[in-house]
Amino acid sequence: MKAETDTTLNRRTFLKVTSLTGGGVALSLYVGNREGQAQFGPPPAPPTPDVYITIKPNNRFTIIAKNPETGQGIKAALPMIIADELDVDWNQVDIQQADLDPKYGRQIEGGSTAIPSNYTTMRQVGAAARAMVLEAAADFWNVPVDELTTASGVVHGGLGRQATYGSLADAVSRLEPPDITGVPLKDPADFKIIGQPVPGVENFQMVTGQPIYSIDVEPAGMLFAAYHKCPVFGGVVESANVDAIRALPGIQHAFVLDADPDGSGRASGVAIVADSWWVANNARQQLDVAWYEGPTAVENTTRYDEQAAALSSRASEAPAGGGRGVANIGDVEAAFADAAQVLEAEYYFPLLSHAPLEPMNSTAHFKEDGTLEIWSPSQIPGLANPARSAGIENDAATMHLVRSGGGFGRRLYSEYDIEVAAISRRVSEERMEAGLPTVPVKLLWTREDDMHFDMYRPAGYHFFKAALDGDGRLTAFRDFVPSVSSVVPANEFPRGFVSNFMANSIPITPFSIPTGALRAPSTNGVSFVMQSFIDELAVAAGADPMQFRLDLLANPVPEPQPAGGRGGRGGGFGGGGFNASRAAGVLEAVRRMSNWDAAEPTMGNGRGLGCAFQFAHAGYVAYVVDLTVADNRQLRVNNVWSAVDIGRQIINPSRSRNLVEGGFIEAMSHMMDWEITIEGGAVVQNNFPEYQPTRMSHAPSSIEVEFVLSDNSPTGLGEPSLPPAIPAITNAVFNATGERIRRLPMKHDGYRWT
Amino acid sequence: MPYTLTVNGTSTTVDTPEDMPLLWVLRDVLKMKGTKFGCGVGACGACTVHIDGRAVRSCMTRVANVNAAVTTIEGLSEDGSHPVQQAWMELDVPQCGYCQAGQIMTAAALLANNSSPSDADINTAMNGNVCRCGTYMRIREAIHRAAASV
Repeated sequence: MKAETDTTLNRRTFLKVTSLTGGGVALSLYVGNREGQAQFGPPPAPPTPDVYITIKPNNRFTIIAKNPETGQGIKAALPMIIADELDVDWNQVDIQQADLDPKYGRQIEGGSTAIPSNYTTMRQVGAAARAMVLEAAADFWNVPVDELTTASGVVHGGLGRQATYGSLADAVSRLEPPDITGVPLKDPADFKIIGQPVPGVENFQMVTGQPIYSIDVEPAGMLFAAYHKCPVFGGVVESANVDAIRALPGIQHAFVLDADPDGSGRASGVAIVADSWWVANNARQQLDVAWYEGPTAVENTTRYDEQAAALSSRASEAPAGGGRGVANIGDVEAAFADAAQVLEAEYYFPLLSHAPLEPMNSTAHFKEDGTLEIWSPSQIPGLANPARSAGIENDAATMHLVRSGGGFGRRLYSEYDIEVAAISRRVSEERMEAGLPTVPVKLLWTREDDMHFDMYRPAGYHFFKAALDGDGRLTAFRDFVPSVSSVVPANEFPRGFVSNFMANSIPITPFSIPTGALRAPSTNGVSFVMQSFIDELAVAAGADPMQFRLDLLANPVPEPQPAGGRGGRGGGFGGGGFNASRAAGVLEAVRRMSNWDAAEPTMGNGRGLGCAFQFAHAGYVAYVVDLTVADNRQLRVNNVWSAVDIGRQIINPSRSRNLVEGGFIEAMSHMMDWEITIEGGAVVQNNFPEYQPTRMSHAPSSIEVEFVLSDNSPTGLGEPSLPPAIPAITNAVFNATGERIRRLPMKHDGYRWT
Repeated sequence: MPYTLTVNGTSTTVDTPEDMPLLWVLRDVLKMKGTKFGCGVGACGACTVHIDGRAVRSCMTRVANVNAAVTTIEGLSEDGSHPVQQAWMELDVPQCGYCQAGQIMTAAALLANNSSPSDADINTAMNGNVCRCGTYMRIREAIHRAAASV
């Protein structure tokens, strides 16, 4: 998805005005074109009025939060933008979560796209609404609009005249709405809400335990379901003792669902439905299932490892035919032959599960009239596959968006919606046959289900070779990736800053494990290997690792043909072109913040500094990490400095800092403990004891964050903070101990947190 | 089996299997959704409640073994005014927020026994509570802030 998709609206976009029964006015947005939505779902429906702002007679303002909220803070951020241009106070605003509806355009949490693709539109919505209020006031007082000012939801007309927006709502409803793209926007210097630290809009509900999450949804009469699937990917149920299960105390329904690989994508399994989820799930212990495990049962991580090692003998092969995803610039072999120094290194990072804290779940109600209502926590909510799974048309299904306990990319895949749709239909049919009313059903996975049936971050096997000349300058860089759906860093830095660059890949087969996007897809693992090997090159060159990166960035090498790949030269999926001066900007900032130049070279005494930077999802992030490694490989991160360039405007500095700190702390989980391994075509790890997240005692003493405000459009922050945190830490480990970390997770090399 | 529990000061009788964990009695029988399910094996702390003032994992506590008063996040205060709840809001701690009920219950139990915890005390008390979003920096600060106002 391109960041530019919706930032400039080159089509006419109108506000629609509707008077509300009981007073007030609703301002809606028509958008003439929906191409953005088409990337993740069915063809867009024809435009319908969509309501973003409701002005109430009591001068309160209900603003729609259009996107799914998983913890990134978008439920505040997008309404903040509207409210600021509307020129009301934040405490006059009530926020309402949108349902899934094409009228809102893209409703996606993913790729750090919500800010770049909505920033301008949300400003225009707020500004156009304010313009209509001004017009209504000008008519009323019979004065020119440009004599009027607004503040805090009140129009001021000079001579002591003032009118609340609420008092003008009826007049506004009689006006012709403007083309929102023609309405002047605020000077950012006049922002009153954008740029202020706004607390999460549901913090009170969270700290008092109110039912705001998907798992908490419980429409009247609801039953609870567990769904038992084959641990081997692609395996199906041949038979199951569902009659015996149905006879257990408290069990209301038990049945087998077939796989639907060519339709909804539903996996085969046994559904068990009861009055409480624990009773339903507990009955799984009594299940006796005959599985057809299928061909994936022969796969295991050791075999992937062996194949990767065997394929590494082909690391010097140039990519056949070129194209996207590979690169062959200049002549790396010739450069290796001429080099003063040649370095080779093997790096590895494993499959990862997302493990958001709220296990996967969804709630659905298949009704007597054949319609389906779903309450979904999806990051990309969509009706097509759930409807298919239930055997109904899309327009017979409706979907509410419900807050989820963490996404990190996991809820980009919505199997729970697909499964609960079919379970709900079957439950309703069985109840109708028995003369009972239909009821909603909540499907909840266990933590083990979540770890066993994820779309895993692909592993990466990287075989590097690079050359330095007699002055320590980088002359050639090569990466070979035996691939398990792996990311090949064909457009990553230092491509574009070295004369000879090659990246190639050969697939490991068979590899049938489902893979997908985890927070900062493409760079979350690649940043570790690239920024670590760059660090090795700096050390070999006798250079300061910070300066070595800056010197490379200062000397771009023109390429004969435009770089392919989706990130543009320099990488960073979803981000468009790489800008070396922005990368250098965050490095220089973090160098200053950490007082890097004053630090003594400390290698070998157990305390070290490391740095790394990454361009990811249109953002630039650099870290310096100060850590201590005790003799027994106990690791403690002391202080962290982070510089972040996501453009000229930070929408909500409180949430933004929180997301940077969280990205760093997630990276610590990836680095030290997390790995998913495969045996017999199934995942080995079950639950947090085998997949330890970072905990309180591991958290750094301090994480200092500075936003570098460059003159670029604001972009998102969910993802960019994670990737460079890992190499910043592992490079600091090298600085402290002289030991280079080339494999993750580090626990296998005897490391642990202090 | 019928079991009589005192939850947030109210006595109530439930009819459940004896091995049903308190977590599911709270969520599915009593319809109190504030206490969260995260792992089911006592490894994440999302389900933390107080029993007789101690922070315990309700996913690992069978209903038959509950023999003292239970306090859940819904009963920590009537109106969100507990110093820990206040500090969490003042510092805008949550991201997804899913773990925070458990974090708050553990922190409240810590402060009830130690009105001025050090960072080391906080590490020891809070290490069983996972925050997948990584809000530990703010949780630590919020506990210190709440301690100052207890």
